[in-house]
Amino acid sequence: MAGSTPASLSAEAPRVAAAAPRKSRPVTPAREAWRRFRRHRLAVASGVVLLVMFAAVALGPLIWPVPINEIDFTAKLQGPSWAHPLGTDDLGQDLLARLLYGGRISLAVGLAAMFVAVFVGVLVGALAGMSSGRMDAILMWLTDLFLSLPQLPLLLLVIYLFRDTMKGIFGVEGGAFILIVIVIGGLRWMPVARLVRAQFLSLREKEFVEAARALGASKTRQVVQHILPNALGPVIVAGTIDVAAAIIAESTLSFLGLGFPSDVPTWGSVLRDAKDYLDIAPHWALFPGAAIFLAVLAINFIGDGLRDALDPRRVL
Amino acid sequence: MSRQYIIRRLLIAIPSLLGISIVLFAVLAMAPGDPFEELATNPAVPPEVRMALRAKFGLDDPIWSRYLHWLAAMLQGDWGFSFASRMDVDKLILQRLPVTLIVIGSSQILAILVALPVGVLAATKPYSVFDQIANTLAFIGFSLPTFFTGLLLILVFSIQLDWLPFVYRSDIEAKGWLFYWEHIKQSIMPVTVLGLFQGASLVRYVRSSVLDVIRLDYVTTARSKGIGERKVITKHVVRNALIPVVTLVALQMPIVFGGAIVTEQIFRVPGIGSLLISAMLANDTPVVMGVTFVFACLVVLFNLIADILYGWLDPRIAFR
Repeated sequence: MAGSTPASLSAEAPRVAAAAPRKSRPVTPAREAWRRFRRHRLAVASGVVLLVMFAAVALGPLIWPVPINEIDFTAKLQGPSWAHPLGTDDLGQDLLARLLYGGRISLAVGLAAMFVAVFVGVLVGALAGMSSGRMDAILMWLTDLFLSLPQLPLLLLVIYLFRDTMKGIFGVEGGAFILIVIVIGGLRWMPVARLVRAQFLSLREKEFVEAARALGASKTRQVVQHILPNALGPVIVAGTIDVAAAIIAESTLSFLGLGFPSDVPTWGSVLRDAKDYLDIAPHWALFPGAAIFLAVLAINFIGDGLRDALDPRRVL
Repeated sequence: MSRQYIIRRLLIAIPSLLGISIVLFAVLAMAPGDPFEELATNPAVPPEVRMALRAKFGLDDPIWSRYLHWLAAMLQGDWGFSFASRMDVDKLILQRLPVTLIVIGSSQILAILVALPVGVLAATKPYSVFDQIANTLAFIGFSLPTFFTGLLLILVFSIQLDWLPFVYRSDIEAKGWLFYWEHIKQSIMPVTVLGLFQGASLVRYVRSSVLDVIRLDYVTTARSKGIGERKVITKHVVRNALIPVVTLVALQMPIVFGGAIVTEQIFRVPGIGSLLISAMLANDTPVVMGVTFVFACLVVLFNLIADILYGWLDPRIAFR
């Protein structure tokens, strides 16, 4: 696999010399993957960009301690300046503070929804892959059914119907967060389930699993110790792409006014408020839009690099 | 391509439609809120009357019987009454549907027109400069959310350059050619937003699909027979490479509808997507259910079309 053609073309052409491992250190799969990942320059650059974004939203509010909801009508709709590096909105609220705060929510939603999707997907895929016959057929029918659901309308429908109850139980912000994460994750597990099932079907017949079976390993042990670690590569790739998709989904919901309420500034809801002032305050819309775009692009490139690193046979 | 195959596909579509209707109904049934909630707090209405009303409208029936009633009503076109628009839901949706279909249809055509040549060219010269640029642009294309591209286009073409209108109007007064021109002008931006987003992911599928085919032996045979490269690509490679792409176009339809909802909302296109959003913001549940059901039906329909096209493009599948 060392000399294989990288699946994506953003990577450099493979170097034969690089295939020879250094003698001093043992070549673990993780190190091998990291070596392949490093060759994808855009992915590495994206990793840096994403780390900076995470650091900014995590530490930014400490360095830039401007309240997100301080209304100042004397400074409304201002462009970038020293007092407000990203300008202000129609209430004179500082956009940098709002975007830093919103980034926390948007990135957290993306990660949490990805975990939900991967968890459900691995569970369904593993169940279907290990139990052939009727169980497999039913689970795959369910997966196909979910794949043919119209995602965004259903997403909107569920949030429309349940948001008031969730708000009552978990509060405005917490309720919206839990609901959005569960719904986005619950509508995105299908590709993971199919990947995992396909991997399981071939892996469970491999000799090393047969050997484990012959040694008397229980089914759970076979799955957890032997099959799952080998099936994880494509799942990690799919999970990475899912983070980007979840960020877009959350921003879309907030943009349409059905995600987080406007007083909770996520990137999507800031953009929603900004869209009516495009002609007089374009900066207001450009910064949150650029933030979403940058995060999603970086995550997609990282996913591409991970695909080269972990799943070198796939050509897409 | 046999008639049997088409009939079999049609029969397969029925359970998936039923499954979708069950999911929709389950969501509705699980949702909190009682249509007679207001009566409970009204002191003028005794509890017995409320109970009698619940029994009359079947709210106390077992869930499967409620589902069957609901399904029967949906199938008969009895979709309820829109409180916000003061008209029947099915009429309202039928009024809005053509605009959505036109926007989605033309954006799909645009996506294919962009993605096909770019993807094929990129695959014939893999890892070349053109390929690198196309791939990077494709990445940027599907990382840009539709609502942001829409706002960017409005900012550039409506506000800065003042070339295109950014509000879709259905009451254009002009006659003849001017009427069509105005319609085209106001459709350019929504169609571009959707089409480029769709085309960006399609480019990658076309490229990988062509790359899969171009290495096969029959292509080498065609080349060694002395057929020109252009003819090899167009007649031998692209035809076979397009088979999986057709399925992918149909499988992407759910995403396209999602994009359509957003673009309709931005450009205020009077289609069913913006109807859905305005109905949600106005708490108009019958319309919300109806539109969601229409979207679900459209997705199933496009999957069906993909299956049939697939069987036509690759006859081996129809005989399986």
